[in-house]
Amino acid sequence: MENERTKKQLVILSGKGGTGKTTLAAAFSRLADNSVITDCDVDAADLFILLKPEIKEEMQFYGGKKAAINKDVCTQCGLCEQVCRFDAIKEFAIDDILCEGCGFCFRVCPANAIEFNKVIAGNYYDCRITNGAEFLYAILLPGEGNSGKLVTELKKKASDYFVQNKKEWFIVDGPPGIGCPVNASLSGADSVVLITEPTLSGLHDLKRIIKLIQSFKIQVSVVINKYDLNEEIAAEIETFLKVEYISLIGKISFDEKVVFALQQEKSILDIPESKAAKEIITIWKSL
Amino acid sequence: MIISIASGKGGTGKTTIAVNLALSVQHSVYIDCDVEEPNGHILLKPVISSQQYITKKLPKINSERCTFCGKCSELCEFNAIIVLKSDVMIFYDLCHGCGVCSYFCPEHAIQEIERSFGEIRKGYIESESVDFVDGTLNVGEMHGAQLIKQVRKEALPDRINIIDAPPGTSCSMVAAVKDTDYCILVTESTPFGLNDLKLAVHVVRLLGVHFGVIINKYDDNYPALDNYCLSEQIPILLKIPFDRKIAEYYSQGMPLVYVMPQLKESFRQLFEQIQSVVQKKEMILGK
Repeated sequence: MENERTKKQLVILSGKGGTGKTTLAAAFSRLADNSVITDCDVDAADLFILLKPEIKEEMQFYGGKKAAINKDVCTQCGLCEQVCRFDAIKEFAIDDILCEGCGFCFRVCPANAIEFNKVIAGNYYDCRITNGAEFLYAILLPGEGNSGKLVTELKKKASDYFVQNKKEWFIVDGPPGIGCPVNASLSGADSVVLITEPTLSGLHDLKRIIKLIQSFKIQVSVVINKYDLNEEIAAEIETFLKVEYISLIGKISFDEKVVFALQQEKSILDIPESKAAKEIITIWKSL
Repeated sequence: MIISIASGKGGTGKTTIAVNLALSVQHSVYIDCDVEEPNGHILLKPVISSQQYITKKLPKINSERCTFCGKCSELCEFNAIIVLKSDVMIFYDLCHGCGVCSYFCPEHAIQEIERSFGEIRKGYIESESVDFVDGTLNVGEMHGAQLIKQVRKEALPDRINIIDAPPGTSCSMVAAVKDTDYCILVTESTPFGLNDLKLAVHVVRLLGVHFGVIINKYDDNYPALDNYCLSEQIPILLKIPFDRKIAEYYSQGMPLVYVMPQLKESFRQLFEQIQSVVQKKEMILGK
């Protein structure tokens, strides 16, 4: 029973982009023993840069389907353009980028001139990193939709591995925002760590993501990154968290060493004497 | 003219660039398309003159007519409908509102109802002659790209429209950047910035949009970014040095051109540079 309780899926999110999700995830990946790590920011996956994984297997991800008009068969009746709600059909041609893959045109076409096939929307990678942890990440093809679906598929793979191999930690580096990939990355989470910054935008976005997570009833805690950039707003965030009964599990200083480490493609933990590294280790211990 | 400001990575300074550019150009329209986390209003503090809920059509089953034949579930490409023996479940989160189910229901048992999934606000910045538009996705809604398409309809044809795009490289970013006259990609001097810039460059090239790069938090200890732009023949439009003061102003929601008025001239020159590229392109296309 004791063992069950320590097994944990931890998702790192932020609402606002660029607040330090990947920096924190890379550090946690190093600190967690016996873990599975996943990068769910499939439109801008960066964690692999710091983890330098050895790729074991590359797989293709089929998103949804896309329609295409066969010009030789098309009678130019225009019905497809009329029914398409995504403005994806103009002058008897389908705009691949606007097509959401609903199949309305394909089903409605009286001349059967529309093909509707599955397309590759991205790739995902099953890897190992130096401390022996399993690492999975995915890269969405540029401009694709279906990022939520890719996150779901990636997480399913990681989750199966997590359960089968009795790992202790399942750490998820999440995407920014509050939309479909964020929702997908929350499924099955035991706990969410939100990393924010003391800016008015950071606070605004924090409130929106907290509202989303509360609707899932998942335990949530907050880290304020670069807290000393604006201590007044950092205090405002703290007050807000108190009112909402959300625990603040740590504050990280504005430390130029973080950028320095990043520029060398290293984790901040590689500069152990830095303020930020020490603070992150304290945060990890509290989890 | 429409200029979009985008970036693969979040938190590189899209909003900072978009806001300051809007404040430096005469009679511009600032359009916030980062509908998951819109922040432009925090810096611009617009007077809001109108607010409109944006709806989409979603299916509703008329249980008196439904024979539970399962056709709708079979045709739905998004797995948003499950038909049980005597019940139909619709997962609105997954529904794209394409209309396939209601059109093909043999019993005409599916009605479509309008449901709000976000809002568009319009306003102006009193002291400047800048118009303001932003879109806000309801928390819990998935399909930001659909709202972005609506927000973009508010662009004014005779004015300089500046679109603040969402981060990433997926459908939302595409919806904001597609068919704009020029795209500014904002990045930062780190390997994350470089990696995500490459992804974003891939998308804008696919979209055939002219573009250039602004390097924010510029640090000459990281020449890889300059080298990449040089080798790809991508113009670097502006470098904004890493400066803690700039981060502090942002944290308070203070636009840079208010506190560093000399920057207004840099942004104006930036705009003129873009304008000449766009005009050249139009001349070639014979507009």
